[in-house]
Amino acid sequence: MKIAVTSQGTGIDSKIDPRFGRAAYILIIDMSDEKVEVIDNAENVNAFKGAGIQAAAKVGDCGVDALLTGFCGPNAFKTLAAAGVKVANDVSGTVQDAVDAFKNGKIVFSDDANVDGHW
Amino acid sequence: MIISVASGKGGTGKTTVATNMAVSLGAGVRLLDCDVEEPNAHLFVSPVIEQSETVFTAVPEIDKDKCTLCRKCSDICRFNVIAIAGKTILTFPELCHSCGGCIAVCPEEGAITEVGRELGLLEQGVFDAGDFVHGRMRIGEAMSPPLIKKVRERIKPDQINIIDAPPGTSCPVITAMKDTDFVLMVTEPTPFGLHDLKLAVEAVKLLGIPHGLVINRSDMGNDDVWQYARTENLPILMEIPFDRAIAEAYSRGRLMVESMPEWKGKFQELFRRIEKLSKAWENRN
Ligand code: SF4
Ligand code: SF4
Repeated sequence: MKIAVTSQGTGIDSKIDPRFGRAAYILIIDMSDEKVEVIDNAENVNAFKGAGIQAAAKVGDCGVDALLTGFCGPNAFKTLAAAGVKVANDVSGTVQDAVDAFKNGKIVFSDDANVDGHW
Repeated sequence: MIISVASGKGGTGKTTVATNMAVSLGAGVRLLDCDVEEPNAHLFVSPVIEQSETVFTAVPEIDKDKCTLCRKCSDICRFNVIAIAGKTILTFPELCHSCGGCIAVCPEEGAITEVGRELGLLEQGVFDAGDFVHGRMRIGEAMSPPLIKKVRERIKPDQINIIDAPPGTSCPVITAMKDTDFVLMVTEPTPFGLHDLKLAVEAVKLLGIPHGLVINRSDMGNDDVWQYARTENLPILMEIPFDRAIAEAYSRGRLMVESMPEWKGKFQELFRRIEKLSKAWENRN
């Protein structure tokens, strides 16, 4: 099983980036061996609209089961849901913290997006 | 002749200038309210609406049975309207700019078709001084430029067209000002007013349209606007002092020239100065 965490840096000790669509990096962590794959989200940081949709499609393509982030807008949420990715909002601390919390079953998944789209 | 009346920020008196100038000219005027998000010129000139049509823009609809998930459409779309998530294809039509790119690249016959997204209403009618056109954007619609373009299609170049442009300096106001003969900018002498005026002037310069200034509530604030106008060589075509009677007329949806007929001549003079400047611009070479 793999999970995705939005991150301000490329290492597992980096701080979680609270934004989803415009996060600096998205780390894909394989829970079986905690191997990290880094997705550079730079092109989306500067996208002027629909950044969340693009990032969501990318995360969906990586075959992850869950996304842990700060805020995920409604369009991205819809896209992730279609790709079968569960979303947890309001996750903070470092990426490692999030991974540990996930392992210990402390992550609560949302039924809905928590931010309105950015027009 | 097409004059657009613009302002960097809202609430500077743009609609007051556009409507009073239109009515002062008396006849043969076309007033086009392009502030489709919040049209209010009609409140002052009380047009009789004779035609009304719903305006749509084309957005893609995907037939999931015919789509092979090849991704060509989602790759070409700059606006991220189409997303492929796992085995599903999703669309976000509210983000679509109707460029037609996705339909052009789709290799599967009939997988993408065009359907309409409602933009709002286009209404046309008559008022005291001529013809009136405006757009009313549908609530919840996020993109105003396509509807503004529809309003502009009703311009009659052989008449005097006065466009009440939306406030701001982004896409909507550019759409309203583009290819007009003159941009009349309305500002007020406050720091915010000046800040937004500067942005608007930069945009108009890029478009290469002759322009001039109306300073509203000209006896308030400070002198910075006049100084800026001097350094920029920006002609000040009219000054409207703060007057309780003007504010009152506005709040009741009445025209200045109705409650204070002495302003009629001043608005006619304003138009003559615009005409002169735009002729001079045409003959500048
Ligand atoms: S018409 Fe253009 S903007 Fe709209 S979905 Fe197709 S490619 Fe994207
Ligand atoms: S281009 Fe056509 S076939 Fe390919 S993913 Fe888009 S809709 Fe489907």
